[in-house]
Amino acid sequence: MESSNFIVKGISAIGKMVKDTIGELGSFMMFLGYAIREAAHPPFRLRLIFQQMYFIGNESLFIIILSGFSIGAAVSLQVGTVFMLFGAQSMVGAANAKSLARELSPLMAGFLIAGRGGAAMTAEISTMKVNEQIDAMEAMAVDPVGYLVVPRMIASILMLPLLVGIFNIAGQFASLLVAINIFDIDMGTFFDKMLSIVTWHDVWAGLQKSFIFGVIISVLACRFGLNASGGAKGVGQATTNAVVTMLLALLTVDFIITYFQIVFK
Amino acid sequence: MNAANDKIIIKFDKVTKIFGTFKVLDELDLEIPEGRITLILGKSGEGKSVTIKHIMGLLKPNSGTVTVDGEDITHFDEKQLREFRKKFGMLFQQAALFDSLSVKENVMFPLREHTKLSEAEMETQVAKILEDVGLPGLQEKMPSELSTGEKKRVGLARALVHKPKIILYDEPTTGMDPLVSDMIDKLIVEVSQRDKDLTSVVISHDLKAALDIADHVVMLYKGRVQLAGTPDDFRKSSDPIIRQFFAGKVDGPMEFF
Repeated sequence: MESSNFIVKGISAIGKMVKDTIGELGSFMMFLGYAIREAAHPPFRLRLIFQQMYFIGNESLFIIILSGFSIGAAVSLQVGTVFMLFGAQSMVGAANAKSLARELSPLMAGFLIAGRGGAAMTAEISTMKVNEQIDAMEAMAVDPVGYLVVPRMIASILMLPLLVGIFNIAGQFASLLVAINIFDIDMGTFFDKMLSIVTWHDVWAGLQKSFIFGVIISVLACRFGLNASGGAKGVGQATTNAVVTMLLALLTVDFIITYFQIVFK
Repeated sequence: MNAANDKIIIKFDKVTKIFGTFKVLDELDLEIPEGRITLILGKSGEGKSVTIKHIMGLLKPNSGTVTVDGEDITHFDEKQLREFRKKFGMLFQQAALFDSLSVKENVMFPLREHTKLSEAEMETQVAKILEDVGLPGLQEKMPSELSTGEKKRVGLARALVHKPKIILYDEPTTGMDPLVSDMIDKLIVEVSQRDKDLTSVVISHDLKAALDIADHVVMLYKGRVQLAGTPDDFRKSSDPIIRQFFAGKVDGPMEFF
């Protein structure tokens, strides 16, 4: 009896989780649709878009370079060590470039920008929400989605691919250093092998992800901010929830995009 | 001053608003005269803020109609409402300045969003309005560098800069020291005198001071108008509810929930 009770509770808990997740996804899509509609008509706030581009870039550039370099070096070391077992260490640059371009750069850059820029967006907007600043905006006949969300969304869509590109370059530079200094490969061989294996398709596959990640990060961050309530505690809670949701969403969407890229190439 | 013969700019006709099972406004009939300072009184939870939100179309009534400046706004869609809200200026309780923008950018906000003025023209208007509220030359300061009274005045400048027809004050002096309160009250009167067509609607707890500045007073109780008239009508009223509110006593006929 008790065990059947346990099973029933378990099933309803799973049911609730599925229902909540679908509901959440639905309201995210509606919010995204609204933001895209707002982006499509004037006023086009170019000044705010540039401000946000600067903010996202300035906020994340250093950690993107540093992380790209570290990940590139670590992956090259790991892969190179395995490749050395069958004498293929000259392929280290190619393996590193392929894994960075298609997977690691967009995902890691997405994580870093979600943690820096995304969290800052939620914190700023939720503070505005709890201090009546969003109400003030509404009262001044300005749509908060048009004023706050649209510039952040456009700036993220433009900046994410750029930062992913920088991540790729930093990672590949680190790989080159590892290849030359640890695996004794000359620069010519390194680039020759890399160019024979890695194509623009790989870079494009990663950039496709970064566009979509830009939308996910900015829209989720802003949505959590606009839904915040309850003073300083509400700001903290909104920011934490936003970051956790952004990371989970990036991982899930990354898998889905990768699946489609591989299956329907 | 008697508001009885004035043109009515805001009119509530049997407006009912229900939140869950709680009826905040109960077939409320309300008239606000044009070009005057109207004070809306009532204890907390009596629907004063809900009333203001209905005036701006931020809330829709469950039944009844709200007419503002000759237009029934009850069935306006979001786009029409956004256009309609350009008639208003609002001073929030905590001023609600945008912390990431300087004083200049805050005050410029409505101009930047709703007009095609050049940067220089906007700067001139901002300088003028800051002077009007007694804060000349404060353009480059950030809101965090301002005192509470200064924030309120910048908030007022922002509410007035696009020359609204109606200005709404949400508890303009709550939580302020008596000197700053007095200064804000004087500013409300000054602003109203400077622009004779401007309609001011003030929600206030600061009863005595608010009565001094108002031309017309409306007291809400249980979602309806308990009294509407001049400050003198209010002071002289023998209605026990009004007397109790005026005396600020818990004991009396007024119901608390």
